[in-house]
Amino acid sequence: MGRITLDKVSKSFGEVNVIPPLDLTIEDGEFVVFVGPSGCGKSTLLRLIAGLEDITSGQIRIDGNDATHMPPAKRGLAMVFQSYALYPHMSVKKNIAFPMKMAGVDPAEQERRIKSAAEALNLTAYLDRRPGQLSGGQRQRVAIGRAIVREPAAFLFDEPLSNLDAALRVGMRLEISELHNRLETTMIYVTHDQVEAMTMADKIVVLQAGVIEQVGSPMELYHKPRNAFVAGFIGSPKMNLIGGAEAAKHNAATIGVRPEHIAVSATEGTWKGTIGVSEHLGSDTFFHVHGTGLADAMTIRAGGEVDLHHGDTVFLTPDADKIHRFDKEGLRIE
Amino acid sequence: MATQASRSAARLMVSPSVILLFIWMAVPLGMVIYYSFRRYRLLNPERAGWNGWSNYSSFVFSPDFGGALVNTLILVLGVLIITVVLGILIALLIDQPIWGQGPVRILVISPFFIMPPVSALVWKNMFFNPSNGLFGELFKYLGMRPFDFLGQAPLGSIVTIVAWEWLPFATLILLTALQSLDSEQLEAAEMDGAPVLKRFWYIILPHMSRSITVVILIQTIFLLGIFGEILVTTAGGPGTASTTLPFLIFKEALLDFDVGTAAAGGVVAVILANIVAIFLMKAIGKNLD
Repeated sequence: MGRITLDKVSKSFGEVNVIPPLDLTIEDGEFVVFVGPSGCGKSTLLRLIAGLEDITSGQIRIDGNDATHMPPAKRGLAMVFQSYALYPHMSVKKNIAFPMKMAGVDPAEQERRIKSAAEALNLTAYLDRRPGQLSGGQRQRVAIGRAIVREPAAFLFDEPLSNLDAALRVGMRLEISELHNRLETTMIYVTHDQVEAMTMADKIVVLQAGVIEQVGSPMELYHKPRNAFVAGFIGSPKMNLIGGAEAAKHNAATIGVRPEHIAVSATEGTWKGTIGVSEHLGSDTFFHVHGTGLADAMTIRAGGEVDLHHGDTVFLTPDADKIHRFDKEGLRIE
Repeated sequence: MATQASRSAARLMVSPSVILLFIWMAVPLGMVIYYSFRRYRLLNPERAGWNGWSNYSSFVFSPDFGGALVNTLILVLGVLIITVVLGILIALLIDQPIWGQGPVRILVISPFFIMPPVSALVWKNMFFNPSNGLFGELFKYLGMRPFDFLGQAPLGSIVTIVAWEWLPFATLILLTALQSLDSEQLEAAEMDGAPVLKRFWYIILPHMSRSITVVILIQTIFLLGIFGEILVTTAGGPGTASTTLPFLIFKEALLDFDVGTAAAGGVVAVILANIVAIFLMKAIGKNLD
């Protein structure tokens, strides 16, 4: 079981109020991703849940029990750190066994859990090595193994993939998602990478300056961003946000159109512009269009085989149904 | 960079200093070995000549040798234990975020800046002296008879003085080791359910083991040669109660004017120091890998 409830939780470091009072419920078995730009308080929020920081006010409940003043070890949560935080002087096996040793688990049971964790994570061949002799991905798996054997109520991941190279990151992303499907344990995952958030999460929590901007499934956030910040943050490439007269035509302060919802044509369309940089990915092409008078550069996503190049004049037509409208405060207008 | 030419150029460039260092070491060592086989007493220097092994036998079989050896080991081991244990504790203490951390650290390190004979004299006259010292006053205040530290416990007193001098060195090195520990490791251990003492035992202490080894090796080398503190406090006494190997050699050379036997003692001391060094490297050197 792992239902975590934050009730008016706030955190200040001295005078600085990092997290104003905040409510959030994480259901049992959910994969929740905290995402936001750096310094938005997402790691702090995770550390508050873990118990590594004391909360200034409010209450944290885990499975209905008040955990506000419980020491970290008693909360039944396991954490995977950004630096992996493996114990360098212990073998992989001892690293994985450490939490069980501290909890006084029976040695035979320890062996059994180490064996099954090592098999699940492909670590059987490395059990006698030291962390220093492993690659980044293997270290990451040891850190996850150390978390699994505790059989925690919830896993906490603090930007676990940011020290890996791009190819490994994609692989580990899949492994963690698969792990979640198999274990069906609550997982809370902190990242600044919205691609990780979109691909892994059941529920995304978008944070900015300690404030929850929106909570929802990846598709909810994509289709119905609650405000301009979420609209700009979720989705890759970023949504085009347009203000001024063009927005006023739609009775809004700002309108947003995603790059994939704009049709590009060499002959006719609503907006006229010149292609600047074009990025050919094979499957897709991203055009950065200048001189439209709407924004500095509009990003357009087109098919892989579009024969347009730097300097060409193009016409853009937004998909009228998929224009997002925001008011002066940046809030969505339905 | 590693072409044949650059390597020979490098060898040529460093050779003057290497040659100089070699002469610096080899000439005195050669002279000590030479004198250790000579009959050479400053009271009647005209009766010089080869003396075979008799300088060695008279040094090793002298009644003071065994005691001096034991005293040397007690001094070295005692100071090592005190400085390492207290060094770890003080390092843990001053690693805490406290108000006035900078000045506290400088204060902790300051004994290292005082030259050994001076600190030994300060201890002798201002602390240990039964009639004028602070400890004497303290004893009197508590209604006890002042204790004559240097007379009753000479070796223990010297161990205290030397430990006081070397504690900053140990603390400093152990503190830097402590500061290099990744805080996420401690947090991970905390999440894993290790309370403070277990975190110290399983995470902090293993992390510091390399630095502890360095402290032990370096201090052993310097502690084997402790001399000034003994000369200005007890002069090896009472009797031979605080005579160590270096002090015994000094006594042979400059109190008994027997250069030959002192040189033999020096060679014996070098051999013993090497045995200790080999033993230490075998025992704890693997920590340095």
